[in-house]
Amino acid sequence: MDNNGGEETAHACAAKRAGWSGVSDLWSAVESAALLIFTLDSDLVEIVLRSLRVTLTAVTIAAVIGLPFGAALALLRFPGRRLILVALDTLMGLPPVTVGLLVYLMLSRSGPLGTLGLLYTTTAMIIAQCLLVAPIIAALTRQTIEDLWEEYRDELRSLGASTLGAAGTLLWEGRVTLMTAMLAGFGRASAEVGAVMIVGGNIDHVTRVMTTTIALETSKGNLALALGLGIILVCVSLLVAAGIHGFKATAHRWGA
Amino acid sequence: MMKPPSILPLRLDRVVLDIGGKRVIKDVSATLTAAPCSIVLGPNGAGKTLLLKLCHGLIAPTAGSVTWAGAPCGNVQHAQAMVFQQPVMLRRSVAANIAYALTVRGRPRAEQRARIDDVLARTGLRRFAESPARRLSVGEKQRLALARAWAIEPQVLFLDEPTASLDPAGTRQVEEIILAIHRGGTKVIMTTHDLQQARRLADEVMFLHRGRLYEQTPAAAFFTAPRTPEAQRFLEGTLFPNIRRVV
Repeated sequence: MDNNGGEETAHACAAKRAGWSGVSDLWSAVESAALLIFTLDSDLVEIVLRSLRVTLTAVTIAAVIGLPFGAALALLRFPGRRLILVALDTLMGLPPVTVGLLVYLMLSRSGPLGTLGLLYTTTAMIIAQCLLVAPIIAALTRQTIEDLWEEYRDELRSLGASTLGAAGTLLWEGRVTLMTAMLAGFGRASAEVGAVMIVGGNIDHVTRVMTTTIALETSKGNLALALGLGIILVCVSLLVAAGIHGFKATAHRWGA
Repeated sequence: MMKPPSILPLRLDRVVLDIGGKRVIKDVSATLTAAPCSIVLGPNGAGKTLLLKLCHGLIAPTAGSVTWAGAPCGNVQHAQAMVFQQPVMLRRSVAANIAYALTVRGRPRAEQRARIDDVLARTGLRRFAESPARRLSVGEKQRLALARAWAIEPQVLFLDEPTASLDPAGTRQVEEIILAIHRGGTKVIMTTHDLQQARRLADEVMFLHRGRLYEQTPAAAFFTAPRTPEAQRFLEGTLFPNIRRVV
């Protein structure tokens, strides 16, 4: 296992070990990074694909949980609802490392789910990212649906829509905002390093993803791969942002 | 198609509504029968919208009862429709807005297309069928709301100030649609503060002021010889609207 324990000291030493001492080294790192990207270096491609698979799976599961849960919180009134809302807001702002720690404790051999043997697998990473993203999607869904319900309530009740029917209708009516919420969740998950590092272990060819590789390779002084992945991460963010804008513009043209 | 039994008459029995400790509907009793086009007339803030929502079952009275041919509200809502002052359009096409209403009311998909075409043609919206509903003008939206209500063929149609924000031409179009729906056998119960509109549409007038029903009179009699001094003053334009306004 190629874990990276003392990150802080490692970072401090990185520059020294790599012996890079200026702009020219930085430039050569950029050059090799570009080369890795354009030649579709197999290590790089593998890591990128794994990252996308983990994050997309996590966001999909989080959406399947978060959308109906948020809609239910918006439309139903029950004792303890306010408590759940506070909990949700708390979870939204939770530092990823603590979520990672929590999942680690659950999945570690002596933990309650230890027998599943999920620690240091991509499944564990999906669980951790899902826990990070689901509260965001649920909280934003709750807010969106509640605002829409305020506007639609009389009309939908007059038509005779059931609460379940209304929930479905409002989720569809709020699709632009909710899509944005999901992309925001995707952004948080794909940029996150602490949680997946703890539960995934950053094992080469198994659980190594973009963010954990960047952390590791930087500390090792292998700036080319780190920078290559960094560029790709930035591009992913760019695509997400462009996607949000493009989606909104298209939806707007359709009066959504 | 066999005609379902009528849900009318609508009977209000000493209906009271309190909102935030304030009495906004005061002891209203009335019987509304199937035939006439009933206009709820009164100044702004009289409680007209609330009265309509009480009848439609969207809000429950604090005291008193609302019954339809003896049955409580909830059981007969499927035979009613309401057009709101600011109707909400779903974020989809004009035709899909009507299809949604038909689906919620359980109409089979097979007969929806023809029904949609029919009401769009009658409301002059056919060429907008595939346009996004939220892109329509205020007047077109109001006509779409009427088309949506018309499509589900209600026995009773509630209209809350349907022309309040329309220009004269738009008002005229909407009134013609309302009259057509009424001629088709639908009971129309509509609020307005517009005296001229009430004259044009009403068969009977229910005059509401400060949450109290002052009179329910056939239109001809109301406009020539109102029974109450409040109605008299409203007709003369000297009844000043409620200062402590109720939403």
